[in-house]
Parts: sequence; structure tokens; C-alpha cells
Amino acid sequence: MIPAAFDYLRAHSADEAFAHLQKRGADARVLAGGQSLIPAMRFRLARPAVLVDINAAGDLNHLRVNDGVLEIGAIARDSDIERAQWITDRRWSLIRDVSRVVADPVVRQMATVVGSLCHNDPAGDWTTTALAARATVVVRGKSGTRTVSIDEFLVDSFTTAVSEGEMALAVHFPVPDDRTAGSYQKIERKVGDFATAAAAVQLSLNANGTVREAGVALSAAGPCAVRVEEAERLLVGQKPSADLIRAAGEAASRRSSPQADLRGSVEYKKDLAGVLAARGLRQALSRLGVQV
Amino acid sequence: MRVKVTVNGAAYERDVEPRTLLAYFLREQCGLTGTHVGCDTSSCGCCVVVMDGERAVKSCTMFAAQADGHQILTVEGLANGGTLHPMQQAFWDQHGLQCGYCTPGMMLTAVALLKRHPNPDEAEIREGLSGNLCRCTGYQNIVKAVQQAADVLRQQPAGAVK
Repeated sequence: MIPAAFDYLRAHSADEAFAHLQKRGADARVLAGGQSLIPAMRFRLARPAVLVDINAAGDLNHLRVNDGVLEIGAIARDSDIERAQWITDRRWSLIRDVSRVVADPVVRQMATVVGSLCHNDPAGDWTTTALAARATVVVRGKSGTRTVSIDEFLVDSFTTAVSEGEMALAVHFPVPDDRTAGSYQKIERKVGDFATAAAAVQLSLNANGTVREAGVALSAAGPCAVRVEEAERLLVGQKPSADLIRAAGEAASRRSSPQADLRGSVEYKKDLAGVLAARGLRQALSRLGVQV
Repeated sequence: MRVKVTVNGAAYERDVEPRTLLAYFLREQCGLTGTHVGCDTSSCGCCVVVMDGERAVKSCTMFAAQADGHQILTVEGLANGGTLHPMQQAFWDQHGLQCGYCTPGMMLTAVALLKRHPNPDEAEIREGLSGNLCRCTGYQNIVKAVQQAADVLRQQPAGAVK
């Protein structure tokens, strides 16, 4: 299982990478952590003629909070996030949860958040998280740099808004206020397997205890990560209660349209989506000191 | 393409195809067959090596070209002459292996883990090794070995071992 031959181009900056992609865009793929791309190449599911390696592009290796936004550059590793100082603040609890369950601890030392978004696997963890946290992706194209909402970015299975010759530079997560908490709930057969089902949840409360903002998204529940708009609508403006959480879970179950495989039947996975969404909501609330 | 990788302190400069994976570069170009290839798809951890002294990486899921200009530590680089590295000695003392196939990857993952986290509890060791599979013994003695190595390494002055 050796990949098909390709031309290798090393980029030392985002500019250099972009220039390579402009020249060879139709045949080229960006190599960041490679933890999805290289296995795909080994199985010959991917046969790019050119790889543009951005691992030496220092200007894409950032992880910083700047002007109310957490900026994660294209080669910041999952393990950088897991070990970041600020990660223990409860407002980042969704991101902290997910950073501990993506793939396995060794894979996370290479794997990148932006790479995972660009790969857009239906069972991805970061795609689902980015939906719940309402992230945006910075994409560089011919006419300059644009910011794309994650909902528009995730087009279909393994397909994103990044077109030929373009590249994703970073993902931006808005810094949540201090009455925010989240949760990532994932069921997997073993460490490193794709999710059987997973739910990402993020809640912000008003001072009076009602829900100000809600993000609910599912993994392994369709062609790519899905937002459960019905659950978000149910939650916003309401005081959290057991009935409300049950209703939101049921909405998640209805929204889930998984495929049957060795991990479980459609019926099982749909049920699981609802259970995990409800569990995530309860945990997020408990992190905010609210028991329901 | 020409790549130069420093493996266990020695420079290896070779002409390789870009598609050459680091695991095969180490085994076939450098003759260092202690790095094992198990699943070939980043699931089992047999091929783990340490890059630039701190990051455990699965060398079957990385191109040799990505290691160009970097430092790689493999299992052959652990011992100091005839003296086993505390991690190797601990695997010996605690019977942390049966067939030995997963052992190089286990030890290198654990070495990187202890560098970052010199005093992990049992749960942290188990979590840290959860990307490495052993199909013979179960994990109990592997965990004990890492605990022993952690105790020994904490007693030693910084920089005394790799």
C-alpha cells in the first residue's frame, strides 16, 4: 500500500503555497498533518499529482486569541489545542472535549483542525464542533482572502467551499462570553475509530438563566456534519428544563440520517444522536452550574 | 528528491521518491528495522518514532520528505552503548512485552509522553498509549513499565537521558 507517485513541493509560507496552487491547482492537494490524506493516498482513494506541503509554513502555525476570535492556523496541531493554557476555561469546554477524542493521542500530534475541516469526513469531529461553535474559515482565492461561515464551507461529503487553486488558511472560533459552556459526546467502538455517533453542543445563557445562543450539531448523521436547527430554535429564549432537553434530543434524532454499517443500524444511530445531544446539553448546563 | 534526516544523532542523506513513507525510509534506506510496520494505516502505533525530541508520530503516515531537516529518534537510539534506556529496562523488568512487535512504538510513545508529562497517573498513561495496540499481553505490564520508567527518569538530572 504505497501511494501513487506525485510531485512534492514544499512551501515555506502561505504565499508560497498559494503560488504553487495557482500553478498546479487542478492536480494539487495541500499536505498539512496528512492523517486523513496519506491513508487515503495509500488506499489509492486519492491520487493527487502534486502535494504542496505546508508543514514548513511558519505563518500558518498559529493558535491565538485576537480581537474576540480564536484563530487556529492551517498547521496548528490538535495536540497544540489539547495542551493550550486557556483550554481549561469552561467557555472552551466544547473545544477541550473534542480535542481529547479526535483520533488517538499520537495521531493528534500531527493532525490539524483546518485539515480535518477541509477533509470534511461525514464522521469528522472538528466539522461538527465548528458548526456548534459557529466558526468561520478563512479561504485564500484568486481575488483575495474571504471568510466563509462553516455552514457554507461544508458543502457535501469530502467537499468544501475551497475551489481549485484555493486554500484554507485558518479557522476562527468566536470567543464565547463567560456564561457559555459546551460539550462533545462521542460514541466510538475503540479509540481512533470513526464516531458511531457524536453530538457537539454549545450554550450561552442570559443573566436571567434563559438560553441566549445554542449550537447543536451531529457527526455521522448524514453526508457531512449537520446542524440541528430545530433543537437550536427550541432552546433559544427558554429556561432550561428536562422537557426542553428531551424535546431538543428528539429533534436531533429526527434530523439524523445516518447510514447503517458495522457500527450500527440506522435506527440505533438515530436514537443515539438524540441521546448524545441531550447528554451534551445536560453536561453543558451542569458546567454552567444549572442542574436539570 | 534529496532528503537529509538526522536519525539517532547520525545524518542520513538519501535520494528518495517523494512518496517514500518515513517508516520505509528508516527501515530500507537507513537499515533501522526496529521501527515496525503493523497496520500501515495509522491505527496500531507500531511505527511510532519521536520527531524533534518531543512529538510522537506514526511514521507510516508521514512522508520521508516531511522529516527532511528534522531529528528522528527510533528504538535503536534509546540505549546508551550497552546500557538500556530506563524505558527499555522497565519493559524488561516488568515483562511489558511478549512477541515484541508493538514494543518499539509503545516505548517511543511513552518516552514522548514522559517528556511532556513526567509524573502521569495510571489513567493518563493508559490514555497516552491508547493509539498503540498490543495483541499479545494486554496492557497491564506495559503500564507498569511506563510507571517504573517515569519513577527512574524523575530521579535523573535533566538531559542525562534522551
